[in-house]
Amino acid sequence: MLRLLSFAVFLAVWWGAALLAGAAKLPPPPAVLAAAVAEAGSGALFFNLGVTLARVALAFTLAMTLGAAIGYLMGRVRLANRLGDPWLILLLNLPALVVIVLAYIWAGLTEVAAIAAIAINKLPTAVVTVREGTRALDAALDEMATVFAIPRWRAFRHVILPQLAPYIAAAARSGLSLVWKIVLVAELLGRPNGVGFEIGVAFQLFDIPLLLAYSLSFVAVVLAIETMLVQPFEARVSRWRPRAA
Amino acid sequence: MQLEVEIASKAFTNAAGERFDVLADLNFTLGAGEVGVFVGPSGCGKSTMLRILAGLDHDYQGRVTRPNDARIGMVFQEPRLLPWRTVEENVRLAAPRADEATLSALFAVLELTAHRSHFPGELSLGLARRVALARAFAVEPDFLILDEPLASLDDALAARLRDQIAALVDSRSVTTLLVTHSMDDAVRLGDRLFLLSPRPARILDVMPIRTPRTARGDAEISGIKADLAKLSLANM
Repeated sequence: MLRLLSFAVFLAVWWGAALLAGAAKLPPPPAVLAAAVAEAGSGALFFNLGVTLARVALAFTLAMTLGAAIGYLMGRVRLANRLGDPWLILLLNLPALVVIVLAYIWAGLTEVAAIAAIAINKLPTAVVTVREGTRALDAALDEMATVFAIPRWRAFRHVILPQLAPYIAAAARSGLSLVWKIVLVAELLGRPNGVGFEIGVAFQLFDIPLLLAYSLSFVAVVLAIETMLVQPFEARVSRWRPRAA
Repeated sequence: MQLEVEIASKAFTNAAGERFDVLADLNFTLGAGEVGVFVGPSGCGKSTMLRILAGLDHDYQGRVTRPNDARIGMVFQEPRLLPWRTVEENVRLAAPRADEATLSALFAVLELTAHRSHFPGELSLGLARRVALARAFAVEPDFLILDEPLASLDDALAARLRDQIAALVDSRSVTTLLVTHSMDDAVRLGDRLFLLSPRPARILDVMPIRTPRTARGDAEISGIKADLAKLSLANM
């Protein structure tokens, strides 16, 4: 209910601003809706959203898997941490644009280059978060698992993983928002389809309704994934915690 | 299971780089099914000794002999339950081979039946301690280590749990090592009492109790407690 209200306020502000600024600069909601419906009718909207989502899913999965594994290793093994730390600092501070441009130069304007570039941008934040989680593991519970001779894999699943889950969830959430932002840049620079490409086209044609139609559809998809996948997952892994006031 | 302990020394180095001894010349043997109780001033190194015997600390001089395949059940000073698993899952994780009948009986004895599907965060400390006991017994251990399992519980509950521990130890005849501050626990549960010195801990005196646990009357128990008090005074 509150969410609906806040959405209504957003629409009202938009409409009011459109009236003040003029339709040439900021088209009112109906104009954008019409552009979205036209794109949806031709199938282009769904195709481009689908392509972008697929890139997000691949890059995100790749970065999370690798990042969690590297982060766990760096949190557990001192040598791995000392070896990996300079690389981590380099990657953390490397601008996304540099990675994307270099990936396109070295690997060509290919799908692999785009997905790798997005994944590399997200990787270091996942590593840092999971490393912090690994450092915070409770040694007392490790001892319990040792005394009761719980096999390694079972101990990892039932003792270690639940402790890492909040950190993995945090890495997933911040990582997802990063990937959403970077995927459009990667598409704008070197892909012939996807939401980023379409926004680039709309920019060149100065087609603001089209630009907003794609942007807002994309935002709607992000919101849907956030509320239908990310939040339920977070709620599930933290269901044993007493509820915050 | 027989346990032979010969710890020559165990030392810690603190943050300032100073070395200090925690255990010195700690030698004893526990026979199969025997309950050894360690009593000593707090901070004397009892928990350090238990960690060595449980195989958690290998950094010491000396040796500890017990069968390699001995199953260990341990109750730590804090319950050490997994907060993200229910009571039953906590027990089953440590004892995957325990069957439903055994678990039900155990939960019934420890009055945990109503709490099987609760998370540890929903339990009082007394209940959590009972779950830790259930977990240690569910593995049907050859070697049971109890590190002040009844600390900070009210007297009535501690007495009930003590009787339950006695019953479980006798029904399975497991070699047991109990560390406690409570003379009551020591005298009612032990087959042999070991009196420890302040740090570095060594054994000051050993006091066997020959009457079986179940046959100890109140008079005898207060008699042993009086002897024990005299011994600890004499050794101060």
